[in-house]
Amino acid sequence: MISIRNLHKSYPMGKDSLHVLKGLNLEIKEGEFVSIMGSSGSGKSTLLNIVGLLDEHDSGEYYLNNQLIEKLDEKKAAILRNKFLGFVFQSFNLINYKNALENVALPLYYKGIGRKERNAIALEYLEKVGLKDRANHLPNELSGGEKQRVAVARALVTNPKVILADEPTGALDSVNSQAVMELLKEINRSGMTVFVITHEEDIAAETDRIVRLKDGVIISDEKTIKKAIV
Amino acid sequence: MKFLFDSDTWQEIYSSIRKNKIRTAITIIGVMWGIFLLVVLLGAAKGVENNFNKIFGDFATNSVFVWAQQTSKPFKGFQEGKSLTLKMSDLESIKKEIKGLEFVVPRHQTQALTVNKFKTGMFGVFGDYPEFDKVQKRNLVYGRFINDNDIKEKKKICVIEDEIYKQLFDKDENPIGQYIKINDINYNVVGMYKEGQVGSGGPQGNIHIPFTTFQQVYNRGDSVGWMMITGQPGFDITQIEADVKLLLKTLHKVHPEDERAFGSFNLGKEIAKVTGFLTGMQFLTWFVGISTLIAGVFAIGNILLITVKERTKEIGIRRALGAKPWEIKRHIILESVFLTSIAGALGIIFGGLVLMLIDATMGQGDEAALTNPTVDIPVIIIAAITLVVLGSLIGLIPAHTAVSIRPIEALREE
Repeated sequence: MISIRNLHKSYPMGKDSLHVLKGLNLEIKEGEFVSIMGSSGSGKSTLLNIVGLLDEHDSGEYYLNNQLIEKLDEKKAAILRNKFLGFVFQSFNLINYKNALENVALPLYYKGIGRKERNAIALEYLEKVGLKDRANHLPNELSGGEKQRVAVARALVTNPKVILADEPTGALDSVNSQAVMELLKEINRSGMTVFVITHEEDIAAETDRIVRLKDGVIISDEKTIKKAIV
Repeated sequence: MKFLFDSDTWQEIYSSIRKNKIRTAITIIGVMWGIFLLVVLLGAAKGVENNFNKIFGDFATNSVFVWAQQTSKPFKGFQEGKSLTLKMSDLESIKKEIKGLEFVVPRHQTQALTVNKFKTGMFGVFGDYPEFDKVQKRNLVYGRFINDNDIKEKKKICVIEDEIYKQLFDKDENPIGQYIKINDINYNVVGMYKEGQVGSGGPQGNIHIPFTTFQQVYNRGDSVGWMMITGQPGFDITQIEADVKLLLKTLHKVHPEDERAFGSFNLGKEIAKVTGFLTGMQFLTWFVGISTLIAGVFAIGNILLITVKERTKEIGIRRALGAKPWEIKRHIILESVFLTSIAGALGIIFGGLVLMLIDATMGQGDEAALTNPTVDIPVIIIAAITLVVLGSLIGLIPAHTAVSIRPIEALREE
């Protein structure tokens, strides 16, 4: 599903440049539940942005769904994002003047699906995350956990291949964190590839595979033991 | 273009406009003010122009009056100071020799005591041809103007101004068919007209009698008091004026450089001064109106630019969710066009209402400062189209800004 070979990325910092990713190699198969761990500055967010087609890599190869990603213009990137990727952000990133249903339906709008069908699908996904009764609430009328569940529903609504979650529990208490992780696990069980970025050990432990990043290189890549027990 | 008719597009625009009501209101007022000023100024300018037209409308604007005076230079054995008189034969020569003439109308003029029963008054008496009515339109209230038959038979008939009717007749009396005495000669009243704003015979009022009758009654032989000459459209009346005077000098054996022998008054030239002022005023109106309009449109662009900056994060989210750059651009341009159009429509409506108000308060009666202040529909359409075009052009700037920010940077924005 995701295949990365010798990926490099640096950011210009004034006259110098900051080398963030130093030759990453990563292979994620369809249906995997992977977490990327690392302290801040390890390059995990950069990796997610590149995987999420929000940023471009400098050198190396990146295959998404067996498609080589290079020299994408914004239009193509937008189409690929809409088709293959679903995002869940730490700060939820809901549009605050749209209600839960409209937020969930927004990716479908950009996919070109008509209003009625769009709202029906969105409602279906809101039901999946247990928020059907909150469909007409604005984001500021929802709790943090509810907001993140709406964001998850929005990420799922286009039925993407990969869910990219950037610190999905970073702004939540432990109860809500657990609920969101359960949701992600359930999504993974339905066959979707889930890619989580976190710096919390217990969150990473819920996933099937942990990739540890440090200073732009992978220092370890192992299956979690819990999986073996279950 | 399908997206224009998509309710979703408008839903998106509606929700983003509704999101910030004050910004929307201020933006709309900016452009509304521009087009409002344009409409009101153009309407007022038109009103002033109409007013001038009302005042001068009775005159053929390309006309010149010519009369004979005394020579100021000796020539061909004649001393200076020779009195000159225009003759009917001069008219024939002018008609034959000068190109581009429309009418050459001879006139005579005197003052006479006029009596109707016990009422009397001193009025201007003019000897006229039927053509006079074409050069200086008489607005006849009753009856008719002098006709060819009157000229041929030297009839004792007259056409009077409403002022004379007021002074010599009782109220609600029909003047037609009545006789009035001018210098003890009875004339049958055949017509009455209402004088326009500019009278040519002073405030006393004018009486018109057939030219030939005038010649006979006042012993003028075949002389002509003065003449009115009008040029055909496209001919320069100033040139005609010079040609006529030169021809008259030749006919009357006057020194070609004698400036005082023949007097003239070029109405075209005088009116051109006024219309020149009007043209200048209209130019100013357009200039001010369009400048204000452009300022308003820039205000829209500016405010949209600010909102785009405010909405950077939202735009980032939308793009992460799969919005194509063009869709973002389209959204912002449509917002701009929508705002300018609404503002333009409101401005036109308010401008129209104010013009109606001006018309109702200042545009009524003979003393009105403005007459029928209006703006032509094509002008409005052009202004509206200009607004939409400017709106979409100015929308391009924030739209471009919105798209040029990369989604990753937009999302990082807090």
